[in-house]
This record gives sequence, structure tokens and C-alpha cells, in this order.
Amino acid sequence: MNWLASIGALTIAKMGSFGRATLMLLGAIIAKPQFIKNTPLTIMQIYVVGVQSLLIIVVSGLFIGMVMALQGYTILVSYGAEGSLGPMVALSLLRELGPVVTALLFAGRAGSALTAEIGLMKTTEQLSSLEMMAVDPLRRIIAPRFWAGMISMPMLTLIFSAVGILGGHVVGVDWLGVDSGSYWSIMQATVDWDKDVMNGVIKSAVFGFVIVWIATYKGYDSIPTSEGISKATTQTVVYSSLAVLGLDFVLTALMFGIE
Amino acid sequence: MENLIEIDNLSFSRSGRLIYDNISLRIQKGKTTAIMGPSGIGKTTMLRLMGGQLKPDSGDIKFKGESIPNMRRKRLFEVRRQMSMLFQSGALFTDMSVFDNIAFPLREHTNLTEDLINTVVQLKLQAVGLRGAAHLMPSELSGGMARRAALARAIALDPELIMYDEPFAGQDPISMGVLVKLIKALNDALKLTSVVVTHDVTEVLTIADYIYILAEKKIIGSGTPAEIKNSDSPLVQQFLQGLADGPVPFHYPAGDIRQAFLGSSL
Ligand SMILES: Nc1ncnc2c1ncn2[C@@H]1O[C@H](COP(=O)(O)OP(=O)(O)O)[C@@H](O)[C@H]1O
Ligand SMILES: [Mg+2]
Repeated sequence: MNWLASIGALTIAKMGSFGRATLMLLGAIIAKPQFIKNTPLTIMQIYVVGVQSLLIIVVSGLFIGMVMALQGYTILVSYGAEGSLGPMVALSLLRELGPVVTALLFAGRAGSALTAEIGLMKTTEQLSSLEMMAVDPLRRIIAPRFWAGMISMPMLTLIFSAVGILGGHVVGVDWLGVDSGSYWSIMQATVDWDKDVMNGVIKSAVFGFVIVWIATYKGYDSIPTSEGISKATTQTVVYSSLAVLGLDFVLTALMFGIE
Repeated sequence: MENLIEIDNLSFSRSGRLIYDNISLRIQKGKTTAIMGPSGIGKTTMLRLMGGQLKPDSGDIKFKGESIPNMRRKRLFEVRRQMSMLFQSGALFTDMSVFDNIAFPLREHTNLTEDLINTVVQLKLQAVGLRGAAHLMPSELSGGMARRAALARAIALDPELIMYDEPFAGQDPISMGVLVKLIKALNDALKLTSVVVTHDVTEVLTIADYIYILAEKKIIGSGTPAEIKNSDSPLVQQFLQGLADGPVPFHYPAGDIRQAFLGSSL
């Protein structure tokens, strides 16, 4: 019977944790907005979580686009359909790889940094000292980081996909000799704005929400010791990666699955 | 004598472990009260209870007659503007310069112009002897300087109550002397009420007007420094003289060591 009890205990612990995470989120974002104070803080955080993630996003996007073109070409050319390389690269990036790979990279690059930063603020009593100065750390620390993540993720995803499409062009057209006109024109004819581009953006916004939520909560709720922070950081990356992959399936089913 | 803080029949436990068992104490207005006790006894916890960051299991904490645990969050934030806490680690914001750290509470809670803020910050820094360090980042400060910068931030809004969490811990003798002098000077000059939490016996005896000694979830002794020094309680004397063993045992409760080494064959 012991295992039954431990399943129960685990469930209660997870529920409690989910409840605390929800309260944290509500405390951070459902409050009278303070645009004058919070806009500069949010812009600062967009720089930290968004702009500083650009390099890894651009490099990964470029290589993934190049690899896709290479793989796609070897398959398509055997049907004489290498003209469809453009839409193949573009659709896979916009619908799937762009949002998912960006989210995974974002969780590793920005999510872990957010958790560690907030966890260290807790360890060094900066969060408590804000509280004692009558400044709500949820609104001062969590909210700007949360919004910055939400704003940055869709943009990073679009940049990832755009760079990937260019990478596909470099390999497919410049190297393997696919006709440049057909690469672009068939892509333009096939890709649908709402169905492909916007769905990808929606996906990435959902992923961004989940990642920053997990990352900020794990930092805020971390045990204020070095082990506590290292554990929280690991959990951020693991949980948000799993959440992204799981949600991707659900979202894909909703968006493209059932007609 | 008027009390700024009155704690009555307070009990508090953390993760199921009792930390305070029905204690009462008073913080007199305008005085320096020291709360002493060995590490891990719950001194920081006591300050957090006074600041409303933790809620007691039972009992009450009154600030100017108003119950802190029963305050609504909005009121609590208003009350906190009258109090200030110097954290053990200093808790300076690591992403801001010393100047911005001290300007932070002013920018958050007042509508002063940048000119005035600049003046106030310079004055506060002057008071702690760090006017020349305004442009430094917290990571560039020594431990003693960081604590003084934090002190300047703590007095930025001219609070009525200031709580010091182990202000002397880990300080070299010189910065220790500086801090002792500063705490005294601030208390006298600004008519502050101070609560100093510490386990440094000699320093406390020189600055405190009244002392509480905590041990084993209770207050085991209280009084003026003279009364404490002459206390005939063996617990108090063990603490004052820093004896390793006494009423407070050296060993964390454990079985007989012979049992542990030789097994049950004995
Ligand atoms: N966040 C926490 N969760 C659970 N227990 C804690 C927490 N913080 C402190 N404690 C425990 O409460 C006790 C009192 O801690 P503290 O007030 O920091 O002691 P002191 O400041 O006197 O050294 C310690 O035994 C500590 O382990
Ligand atoms: Mg402490």
C-alpha cells in the first residue's frame, strides 16, 4: 500500500505546486498595469531574454534550414520534384520546426537563465528586501520577465524560420542547383498566411507562455541554496522541453489534424 | 515607556518543526533592542515575522498597536514604509550601482525630482562614509562596504524602525567597529528604534539598551546589559561566555557512540 500513498503524496505535492505557480502568475500579471514604471523594465528584459538569444537562434535556424534542404533534395529529386523544395522547407519550418526548435533553444538559453537569476535573487535576499521595501517582487521582478518572454518568443520563431528558409536557399539553389524562381514562387503559392504562418506564431506564443511561466516559477519557488538553484534550473529545462513537445502535439492536432 | 512592537504569546513552526513556543517580547520606541541566540534558533525568522513576511501560527505581533498578521496586504505595504530591514547578506540589487540601489526606494515611493534624489542619496552615502563609492557596482564592494551601502539604502526613506540581521557576522574587526559606531550614531541622530539580531556578545553589550536571549524555542533571559551580565541563569551564562557544553548540549541528540561503533554486541 505504500506506493499508493506515495502516489497520493506526489499528486498532492504537484497540485500544491501548480496552485502556487498559478497564484504567482496571477499576482504578477493581473494587477493594475503600471506602464510608466514597467515598460522600461520590460524592454530591458526583452534585451536580455530576446536579443541575447538571437545568435543561437540565427545559427541554429541557418543550419536546420540547410540540413532540411539537403535531406529534402535527395528525396524530392528521385521523383523529379525538386522544384517543391521551397514549400517543403518553408512549411516544415513555419508549422513545426520553427516554433518547436526555437522553444527548446529558448528554454535552454533564456529559461534556465531566468530561473537561475530569480533563484539567486531569492538566495541573496533581494526578493525579501524588495518586499520589505514595500515593492511587490511579483510585479517588479516576475512580470517584466514574463512579458519579455511572451513578446520575444514569437519574434525569435519568425526569425528562426526566415533564416532557415534562407539557409535552404543557400543549399538548395546555390549549391544543388534548384531553380531560384521556383524555390520562391512555389513557396509563395503554397504557404498560407493564416494556416501556416499565424498558426506557427500562435504555437510559439503558447510555448513562450509556458516556458517563462515554468522558468519564473521555478526560480521564485526554488530552495534558496546552491543545490536548490541547480535543481530548479535543471527542472526548468526538463519540464519546459517536455511541456513544449506535449503541447506541440495537442496544438498540431487542433490546428492541422481534424478538418 | 512606549512600545513600538509588542509580541504576545507567539508560536511559530516551520516545516512541522516548532521554532517559537509561546513567547512574548517588547521593542521600546527609540531604543536599541538586541535579540540574541545561537545560529539556527530563528532570529531571522523573528525579523521576518515582525516585517509581516511570515505569519505566526498563533499569538499576535503589534506595530504601533496594529496587528501585523491581520493586516491586509495594502496596509502592510504602507506600514512597511515605516520600517526597514538590513539583511544579513546586505541584499543590494546586483544589477544596479550603489547610487541606484540607494535611490531605488526613493524612486519607488516618492515623487522627488532626480536632483533631490541625488542630494538625498549623497547625504545617506555620506552618513555611512561611502560617498566616493556611489558609482561602484555591489560586486566591487568589500563585505563591510556592502553592508554599509545596504544600511544607507535602509535609511533612505527615514524609517522609524530598523531591523539589523546579524550586522556583525563575518566582518573584520575594523568594519565591525565601524558598524557598531554607525548603528549607535543612527539610533541617536535619527531617533530610530533599532532591533539588532546577533550572536556577537561583546558588540551587543555595548550598543543595546535591552537584550533578549533566545534558546530552545523560548526567551531564556532578558534585561539591560548589566542585568544580563549579572544573570544567575546557567543558560544565559553559557551563552555569554561561549562555553561549548552546558545546559545547551554540544551534541545534536544522538545514540551512544559505543553503540554506533561496536554494534549491539555491547
Ligand atoms: N524557508 C525555510 N523553510 C523551512 N525552514 C526554514 C526556512 N528558513 C529557515 N528555516 C529553519 O528555521 C530555523 C530558524 O532559521 P533562522 O531564523 O534563519 O535562524 P537564525 O537566523 O537564528 O540563524 C532554522 O532551523 C532553519 O533551518
Ligand atoms: Mg539568520
